[in-house]
Amino acid sequence: MKRTIRAQLVHAGQMLVGMPSYDTYLAHMKAHHPGKAVMSYRDFFNNRQVARFGGSGKGGFRCC
Amino acid sequence: MGAILKQHGPWAILAALGALALAVVAAGNGEPVNALWIVAAAVSIHLIAFRYYSRYLANRVFGLDRRRVTPAHRRNDGLDYVPTNRYVLFGHHFAAIAGAGPLVGPVLAAQMGYLPGMLWILFGVVLAGAVQDFIILFISMRRDGRSLGELIRMELGATAGVIALFGAFMIMVIILAVLALIVVRALAESPWGLFTVAATMPLAVFMGVYGRFIRPGRIGEMSVIGLVGLILAIIYGQNVAASPVWGPLFTLTPVQLCWILIAYGGIASVLPVWLLLAPRDYLSTFLKIGAIVALAIGILVMQPTLQMPAVSRFIDGSGPVWSGSLFPFLFITIACGAVSGFHALISSGTTPKLIDNEMDAPFIGYGAMLMESFVAIIALIGASIIDPGVYFTMNSPAAVIGTTAESAAAAVTNLGFPIDSATITRTAQDVGEHTIISRTGGAPTLAVAMAEIFSHMVGGAAMKAFWYHFAILFEALFILTAVDAGTRAGRFMLQDLIGLVVPTFRDTSTLAPGLVATALCVTAWGFFLYQGVTDPLGGVNTLWPLFGISNQMLAAVALILGTVVLFRMKKHRFAWTTILPASWLVLCTLTAGWQKVASADPRVGFLSHAKLFSEKLAAGEVMAPAKSIEEMARIVFNDRVDAALCMLFMAVVIAMVFFGIKACRQAYLSDRVTTEEIHASHDPRGTGALVS
Repeated sequence: MKRTIRAQLVHAGQMLVGMPSYDTYLAHMKAHHPGKAVMSYRDFFNNRQVARFGGSGKGGFRCC
Repeated sequence: MGAILKQHGPWAILAALGALALAVVAAGNGEPVNALWIVAAAVSIHLIAFRYYSRYLANRVFGLDRRRVTPAHRRNDGLDYVPTNRYVLFGHHFAAIAGAGPLVGPVLAAQMGYLPGMLWILFGVVLAGAVQDFIILFISMRRDGRSLGELIRMELGATAGVIALFGAFMIMVIILAVLALIVVRALAESPWGLFTVAATMPLAVFMGVYGRFIRPGRIGEMSVIGLVGLILAIIYGQNVAASPVWGPLFTLTPVQLCWILIAYGGIASVLPVWLLLAPRDYLSTFLKIGAIVALAIGILVMQPTLQMPAVSRFIDGSGPVWSGSLFPFLFITIACGAVSGFHALISSGTTPKLIDNEMDAPFIGYGAMLMESFVAIIALIGASIIDPGVYFTMNSPAAVIGTTAESAAAAVTNLGFPIDSATITRTAQDVGEHTIISRTGGAPTLAVAMAEIFSHMVGGAAMKAFWYHFAILFEALFILTAVDAGTRAGRFMLQDLIGLVVPTFRDTSTLAPGLVATALCVTAWGFFLYQGVTDPLGGVNTLWPLFGISNQMLAAVALILGTVVLFRMKKHRFAWTTILPASWLVLCTLTAGWQKVASADPRVGFLSHAKLFSEKLAAGEVMAPAKSIEEMARIVFNDRVDAALCMLFMAVVIAMVFFGIKACRQAYLSDRVTTEEIHASHDPRGTGALVS
């Protein structure tokens, strides 16, 4: 998937704090699970936030 | 011949430059050395190590395969497993590994002069730290991105897995205690600093509400709002500190702050993540990256001269900042930046699930650690460009230098670093603080250095106080985030551990086990924090070595895992790449651990210190720095707890060495590859992507 430089920079900034790309998620769902319900951006954002910081306790490690 | 010259020629020139820089730094002959020589030495060593050693590890030792499908492709779900651009992933990984550790350790180590610390940071990262991060990333990437605990269970057996999990939990406890202690030391008796840090809580909550309800998911907007708020908090913090009403309210003693932090840790770690933790993490991450970049640019612009001697007389172990001789304690004091076991948890966390192609792994695993090492070098430079008199005034405990400018000036001059009381008072005024005496923990020292560098670029002397509090805020912010996130992670580790005995405790959906585990976790680090805060010698002297020992112990465990995997891959002829650093770390942690437990010198050994105080206690005497019989008893008790903890860490190391040797022997005797990699699938197009 080609991105503009601006989109790539935003993506890089969001990945600094562990937020993956919503566009990539949508593209993945469209390509591999067509017809399956997709999360709205809002749900996607909340889902990823919990996965990083709360959830299983496996994410969100911050080094000393 | 021509081709070889073309390929390696530029690197040979770089090597020559690096050697020259090292020679200048090492053989200063009493002449003042410019800090840029250290930068030049560091950059050339990092680049050469990356070009040659990381490639050697990737191609010859690990056998990375560009056609092999990575977990990000095999299990691509658009969420946890996503093939990610290598530069983007580098940023993600670096932001997760670099924290307060590489900033604080080198500052504390500067008491021995800048040379020992610099050499350990550079050679440690090349041969140990980056190797560890890289091999764990490699192992996890070949096993669907599993975590360190699972990997140890897979390759070393269930018992080793439980021991490692227990060790990791204890490390977490010590890390949280020592990080919280740094915050306490930086914010106690500092109304300006405390106000700005306190202001980040409502600010983060507002950002959280904004990002959840007002403009969902707008991380950029949230962060800009936060940043503006932060700057306002720093600017108005000065007025708050000066106010007769608000100033005293934000002037707290270390013990008061300690209780506030313990309460904060307990409450913050059970709040929903979107409310406080996540938004503040955004803010602290961007601030961290920004401040590090600005600091590096600042040093290039300012080109400061190093004030600290290359090697101070405290390499004999008599230094006031922390006790213990160069070997093994330098290698314990600087953990992050040279080698940090904690990174093994991150290299087996989210990063391996995001790698697009196996050939990206050296850049991310090895390269990001080199970058952290560079951060440590910057911190070391920061500590070495300020007046050594100021450095020792800030980092020596009050029990050694007293609490007035006069006593501190006399004591520090007596240590061999001349300073007058007027300089001490003026430095405090410059940065807008009541006092700089015994501001131990490293963070305030680094803040003074950052204020020096930033005010050189922007604002001049008038901005020094602003930049000092900016630096304190920047450090406190990500330490508080780490305390919050660490308490959560520690809670899950504890639930896992207790779950081994009481299976219902693993249930993360019911409330009670989570709350009990959180309370236990906070109590555990709170105990060590309180001990450090009330320790008349400042606490850093006790807790930082414990932290270093535990962190290096985890690194040794990770490298032992790496060695076992190499043996099981039938690559034992290359296993020296992990055996060498693992042996060094085992040697350092066991020697340091043993000295902390059994040294006859009461400044180093916990038990001899306990013996000294318990004998006086039995005679009914009170001995300085204790002021009462209760304090005497507490010192004895704390010493014994610390000694027991040290022995526990040593037992973990010895057990893991035993399991490691056993597994290596089995693998060596077997006539086939015994490693448990997830089945390899290859993409004939050679992109690492699945053919779909």
